[in-house]
Amino acid sequence: MSPKTNECHPSFIRGLWALTYRELKKWLNDPIMLIMFILQPLIWMGLLGKSLNIQGLFSAGNINLPPQIPIPGSAIIYPPGVSQVILNGTWFSQLFANMGINIMQRTFGVTDYFSYMAIGMVSMIVVTATMFSGMSIVWDRRLGFLDKVISTPVSRATIIFSKILNSTLRAMFQASVILALAYILGLQLSSNFTIINIIGIYAAIFLLSTGLSSIFLAVSIRATRMERPMQIVNLIIMPLMFSSNIFFPISMMPEWLQPIASANPLTYLTDAIRQLTILPLDISALIIDFIYLSVFAIILAIIGIVLSWKYLVK
Amino acid sequence: MEEVIRAENLTKVFNKNIIAVDHINFSVYEGEIFGFLGPNGAGKTTTINMLTTVLKPTEGTASILGFDIVKQANEVRKVIGVVPQEYTADEDLTGYENIMLCADLYGVPRDIARKRALELLELVNLIEFKDKRVETYSGGMRRRLELACGLINRPKILFLDEPTLGLDVQTRAAIWDYIRHLKEEYDMTIFMTTHYLEEADALCNRIAIIDHGKIIANGSPNELKDSLGGDIITITIKENADVTDIISSIEKVKEVKKENNTYRIKAESGEVTAPIIIEALRQKGYTILRLSVSEPTLNEVYLEYTGRAIRDTEESKESIITQRIILRRARGR
Repeated sequence: MSPKTNECHPSFIRGLWALTYRELKKWLNDPIMLIMFILQPLIWMGLLGKSLNIQGLFSAGNINLPPQIPIPGSAIIYPPGVSQVILNGTWFSQLFANMGINIMQRTFGVTDYFSYMAIGMVSMIVVTATMFSGMSIVWDRRLGFLDKVISTPVSRATIIFSKILNSTLRAMFQASVILALAYILGLQLSSNFTIINIIGIYAAIFLLSTGLSSIFLAVSIRATRMERPMQIVNLIIMPLMFSSNIFFPISMMPEWLQPIASANPLTYLTDAIRQLTILPLDISALIIDFIYLSVFAIILAIIGIVLSWKYLVK
Repeated sequence: MEEVIRAENLTKVFNKNIIAVDHINFSVYEGEIFGFLGPNGAGKTTTINMLTTVLKPTEGTASILGFDIVKQANEVRKVIGVVPQEYTADEDLTGYENIMLCADLYGVPRDIARKRALELLELVNLIEFKDKRVETYSGGMRRRLELACGLINRPKILFLDEPTLGLDVQTRAAIWDYIRHLKEEYDMTIFMTTHYLEEADALCNRIAIIDHGKIIANGSPNELKDSLGGDIITITIKENADVTDIISSIEKVKEVKKENNTYRIKAESGEVTAPIIIEALRQKGYTILRLSVSEPTLNEVYLEYTGRAIRDTEESKESIITQRIILRRARGR
């Protein structure tokens, strides 16, 4: 009998990397899926973001008053000796346009809607990427891969964390692609954008995707078929998007929706990224965003990991 | 011989009412190939899942090389190799990458793992396909890759769950050769499950027949066959005389049936008994025209113990499928 029969030293890091590498490799081997995933937010961004030309509503060209506007006698009490007043239309058009810019600035924080909405799409891809990548565990189970991994001495924690890490890395990668595409399509970065802000953006994405992928892992680890988590994801994504500040600021929402939107973690991710890219940085708002995202990530990660653990050690 | 696996009252109940494995006891000794034989849904995979620490037993326990499968699960995992019935190798990775993935999970030191992976790929004749993606592999190649993956940690005990499920006859025989060869090469004990009688007969030193979660018989294939009362000897003599008494007076003869001049004799160890019968008949002056000795097959053994043929799925196909679906669901698939 060989004396070297048992020199197994399973390590957390090595196992984690091996399992994560496997998934990333599978994913990179499938460029079509990769493109499909990026295409969706790109279409939203390109079509909706560009076609909803909200700032155009208020432009001088759109208001287009005639250069001279005579005011009829009945509209005003003329001072004695004056029979008619003529307003300078061009001046008024400009006034309204300036008011428009002011309204855009107050509502969205920026003067063009595309920049506002493009950052919303970054949040959206983070959500879809985390949710869908968590589902790979359903396949692992159906194909028997999960049982095989469970029978090896690698720790259960490694299995769970590799799934979460995998989703998080995917979300970060896809978010980077969307941000780069948005920049090419005309995203206007604020003047105080620096490279350091990118680290902040990744930190915010990391927090949200860790929380979300943990909870989705717990949901899909019990699913016997792909359909169930798919339906859950499809059901959740729409309301999650529209009850956040992805498309529109919370302050403009009806009152019943405002508390929901203020609790929606997507709101905080989106705001954090906007603060770090297009808005003049408001440090206190950014701190609140990060506190909320951290609490959200910690709570969901704990729930998700506990549930997944319970299932794996059955 | 040293006992390497010992199961005591091992029981698994799914969803509080589906008894998949029902208080089974057995021992496996060092160096043997021990087989669990039974139809689908009999509890074979559930047993293997408990022994390989994938499932926790509801009741009872088992020890592997002295390690308790529940309390010392991690120790157990290090000394066993597992080849599941599904093809678990990742299709998007190459054969070599798949083995290295297993090595990473077992924590085999990298330099040793690299050497071993190549050695194993050589042994299962996959070395020239090592850098091809697994999706291009045939069923037999995949099965061989699974075997290689299961051996990366040099296990003392290898678990094979239905090692040739779904393979054609030639490939199956080839896989048997690989299993025998690998067992010799690495000096292992093998615990396997199968629902193919030929497979149990060809590979196993000892067999336990399992049905409805219970072990209903166990022993070596020959012991099991002998327990049926031995072999069938068929003799035809020239003379029109009744020699039943002469034959049945011989030791080891259990039963004699006459049909014209042909006698069907049930006897223990037929190869030894047949010459004695010939001798006895010759001494009395009878001429033997024809003689044949046939061993009972495991099929007959199976029929005897379970009350149904293993391949006799016509009447019970539906119930087996239902059972299987229930079990799979219960296992959470």
